[in-house]
Amino acid sequence: MAVRTVRDRAPALAAPRRTGLSDRTRRGLAAWGFALPFLALFLTFTAGPVLASLLMSFTDLRSSDLRDPLAVDFVGLDNYARLLQDEVFLQAAANTLYFVSAGVPLTILCALGVAVLLDKGVTRLRAFFRLGFYLPVVTSIVAVAVVWRFLLQPETGPVNQLLRLAGIDGPHWLTDPVWAMPALIVMAAWRNMGYLMVVFLAGLQAIPRELYEAAQVDGAGAWARFRRITLPMLRPTLLFGAVITGIGYLQFFEEPLVMTRGGPLNTTMSVSYAIYDQFGFGNYDYASAMSYALFVAIIVLTFVQFRLLRPRT
Amino acid sequence: MTAAVSRARGGHRARRSGGNRVWAVYTALAIALAVAGSPFAWMLSGSFKTDAEIRRIPPTWLPDQATLDNYRELFERLDFPRYFANSLIVTGAVTAGNLVFCSMLGYALAKIDFPGRQALFALVMAALMVPGAVTFVPLFVLISNLGLVDTHLGMILPFLAGPFGVFLMRQYISGLPDEVIDAARVDGAGELRIFARIVVPLARPALAALGILTFLSTWNSFLWPLVVAQSEERYTLPVALALYSIGQNQTRFGLLLAGAVVVVVPVLVVFVALQRFFVQGIAMTGLK
Repeated sequence: MAVRTVRDRAPALAAPRRTGLSDRTRRGLAAWGFALPFLALFLTFTAGPVLASLLMSFTDLRSSDLRDPLAVDFVGLDNYARLLQDEVFLQAAANTLYFVSAGVPLTILCALGVAVLLDKGVTRLRAFFRLGFYLPVVTSIVAVAVVWRFLLQPETGPVNQLLRLAGIDGPHWLTDPVWAMPALIVMAAWRNMGYLMVVFLAGLQAIPRELYEAAQVDGAGAWARFRRITLPMLRPTLLFGAVITGIGYLQFFEEPLVMTRGGPLNTTMSVSYAIYDQFGFGNYDYASAMSYALFVAIIVLTFVQFRLLRPRT
Repeated sequence: MTAAVSRARGGHRARRSGGNRVWAVYTALAIALAVAGSPFAWMLSGSFKTDAEIRRIPPTWLPDQATLDNYRELFERLDFPRYFANSLIVTGAVTAGNLVFCSMLGYALAKIDFPGRQALFALVMAALMVPGAVTFVPLFVLISNLGLVDTHLGMILPFLAGPFGVFLMRQYISGLPDEVIDAARVDGAGELRIFARIVVPLARPALAALGILTFLSTWNSFLWPLVVAQSEERYTLPVALALYSIGQNQTRFGLLLAGAVVVVVPVLVVFVALQRFFVQGIAMTGLK
C-alpha cells in the first residue's frame, strides 16, 4: 500500500526528464511496444484469415483465381446451400457427431476412473502413474497412428491375436465400415484421457476430506459417497473437461487421415477432413463455408454444454 | 468435536480394511497402465524386428534376432537426418518466438497500467477460441502470396506468438510482487530494463512451462507443415512419417515403427526430464 502511494507520487519527484513525456505516457508507449510483435503476427496470421475465410465463403474463389482476383464473384449463401445437399458433407457431419458423442463420454469415464483411483488409494508412485498415463498425450499423432495401425491389422496384429486366444474372430478393424469408427474412437480416448486425468485429479484433490468422513460416519457407502459428494463437487471440472474434449473432437482430422484416409466408404470422413479434401481440390470458397459451419458448431456446443452442466441453484 | 471423532473413527476403519483396498487400487492401476502403455512397448519391440518376424503368428513380444536394419534404412536410405533437422529448426524458432513475444506482452498486461490494456486482454482471450480449421485456407493463400510455400519461414511465422503463451505468462507475472517493479520504477529504470532484468529472471518457472508446451505441440504439429512443405527437403518428421505410412512402404511395419520411435523418443525425453515444470504450467493457468 505504502509503495503504491510512493509510485503515484513518483512522476512529480522525477519531474525533469530528457524527453518531456510524462512517466504515464512513457509507460503506455512501452506497453504498446511490448504488444507490437504479438499484435502484428496475430492480425496478419489469425484475425485477417478469420475474416478472409468468412468473406471467401460468400464468393466463388477457386485456387485458379488467385492470380486473377477480379474474376471472383460474390455468390451470397450459395456455398452454404450447397453444404445441405452435399452427401459427403452430411455424412462427415454425422460421423463427427458420432465421434464426439461416443468419444467424449468414453474419454471422460476412463480419465475419471484413473483419477479416482490415483486420488483414493495411492500416495507413493502417484507421480509415476500420472506420468505413465500422460505419455500418449505428448506423443505425435502420426506415430500413434502408425503404432495403432500395426496393432489393429486383421491377420497379424496383436489385438486380433489376443482376441483369437479368447476364441473371438476379430474384425478387419480399419477396413470394416462398422468397426473403423469405433477403433478410432478408442484410440482417441486412449490418447486424450491423460490430459483429463491430470485435470480431474486436481479437481478431486480440492474436495474437502471432511465431507467424505462425515458421510462415512452417517453410513454412506463408497458408491453413495461418489454419487453424492464426488460428482456434484467435481461438476465444474467435468464441465471444463467435456467442453475442451468436445471442441477438440469436433475438429478430429489426423486420425482418419493417417489411419483410414476417411474410408471405408467415407465412414470415418470427418468435417475437418472434408475441408481438407475441398482445399486439396482447390475449392477455397466451399472449404471456407465448411470451416465456418464447423466454427458455428463449436460455438453452439460450448454454449449447450455450459447450460447443461450449469450448477443447479 | 464431531469432526475429530469422525476423523478418529474413519482412520480406524481405514486401517483395518486399508491393506486390501490399497492392494486392489494398486493392482487396478498397474493393469490400466500396462494396457495404456502396451502400444509403446509394441512400438519399441517392433522397431527392432525384421519384416518376416513382424508378420509371424503368434507374434513375439521381444524380437528373436534384434536388428538395427530398420533404423539403418531410415537414416541411410531415407532422409531422416534431414527431417530431424527440419523439425528442430521449426520447433526451435517457434519456441524461441513464443518465449520472447508472449512474455513481453504478458508483462505489459500484468504489470503496466496503460490505455487499451483491457481490450488487448479480451483480444487475447478471444484468440484462444479460434479453431485452426477456420484460418487454414486463407492462411495458405496468404503464405503462398508471400512466396513462403515450401519454406521453413512459412511453417514458423503463423505460430511465432500464440495467445495461449500470452495468457500463461500474464497469469504468472500477475502473481509477482508489485513492490519490486515499483521500486525499480522509482529508481528511474525503463520498462524494457525492468522486463529484462527483473521480470524475466523471476518468471523462469513460467518460461520453462511455456517452453515445454510450445516445444511439444510444435514438434508434433502435422497439418500445417504437411501443407506448406512441398518438396522432400522441407519435410518435418511427422510429415515424413505420415507420407511414408500411406505410400509404398505402408505395410513395412518394422520400418514405420522405427520411424515412430524417432519421432516420439525426443519428446518423451524432454517431457520426462522437465515434467516438474509441465505440471506447474497446467496448475498456473488454472486447469489449462
